[in-house]
Amino acid sequence: MGLTDVLSKPGQALGDMVQVTNLDAVVNWGQSYSLWPYPFATACCGIEFMGTACSDNDIARFGAERPSFSPRQADMILVLGTITYKMAPVLREIYDQLSEPKYVISVGACASSGGMFDTYGVVQGIDRFLPVDIYIPGCPPRPEAIMDALLKLQQKVKTQGLENRRQEIKRKIEEINERNRPLIIK
Amino acid sequence: MKEKVETLLNTKLSKYIFKTETVSSNIPTFFIKSEGIVPVVGALKEDPDLKFDFLNDLTAIDWLGKKEPRFEICYLLKSPKNKHSRIMLKVPVEEGEGIPSIVSVFKGANWPEREIFDLFGLEFINHPMMDRIILPDNFQGHPLRKDYPLEGFGQDYLISDLLQIHKED
Repeated sequence: MGLTDVLSKPGQALGDMVQVTNLDAVVNWGQSYSLWPYPFATACCGIEFMGTACSDNDIARFGAERPSFSPRQADMILVLGTITYKMAPVLREIYDQLSEPKYVISVGACASSGGMFDTYGVVQGIDRFLPVDIYIPGCPPRPEAIMDALLKLQQKVKTQGLENRRQEIKRKIEEINERNRPLIIK
Repeated sequence: MKEKVETLLNTKLSKYIFKTETVSSNIPTFFIKSEGIVPVVGALKEDPDLKFDFLNDLTAIDWLGKKEPRFEICYLLKSPKNKHSRIMLKVPVEEGEGIPSIVSVFKGANWPEREIFDLFGLEFINHPMMDRIILPDNFQGHPLRKDYPLEGFGQDYLISDLLQIHKED
């Protein structure tokens, strides 16, 4: 019996004791159920995240139970709230400190687009300087919306594969650089 | 309380009165020349009867096109001894004119004066640290002025070092 035969019938050829798969799938499967969030809470969306993490909604059911307050031990950063121009360098530094693989979820209208604050102090969307994976609409979004975003991110982690992920980040960074080029005023 | 303050200002500090004008407000308002604000605030604080020894608020108003001079610095003082009665001192100033800092009288005026410098661009003389307090240090303009556009001038210069992301990182 060759390896191709084994691979074509996962879980059957060798009984329940052994499963054959590829490394990508195992790594992604493990990652998807242990997405530790780094809550970067600057406004009311942070309160919604607290509600999501507490027992009524309990984000721990999906494997994201430990809000990590050290960026080095987190897998995804949840940007919860308005990001001002003064806060932007801080957010970027924290994003840079996250260890790979890292994902960005932009929670609520303010983080995604500046929201109603079209003013001199507020960055009009964190996708100006971060590669965002999931946007959550709402002002603020309900806990169900945050959990839905987590499920979507899990699906993405499970199906994407490491090399595709690398390519996606590269593409997003190129897009950001391209979009920002004419906007920089010196 | 208004009469007592008026008497004090008219007898000892009359040379510092900018103008006498009736303002329709429940807080008695007095207009003071900018060079006299430190002695006037000091006298109101030290006076054994009045005892205006609490600086409630210190802010500014931009009267663009409505009043001359353009700016007014507002000092809201409270006297806890006299039923917490309040008075307002207003100092009209023009742009670029320095205002004497009252940090020597009220230490709590330090940050409000920096805030006025930050948001209105009015400088205080003899202030221990006349820097921006809220906005980034490289910010251009003063947002609470009436002629400042709400969305700013295009604020990307503030994070221009962030807008280019390096692929290799």
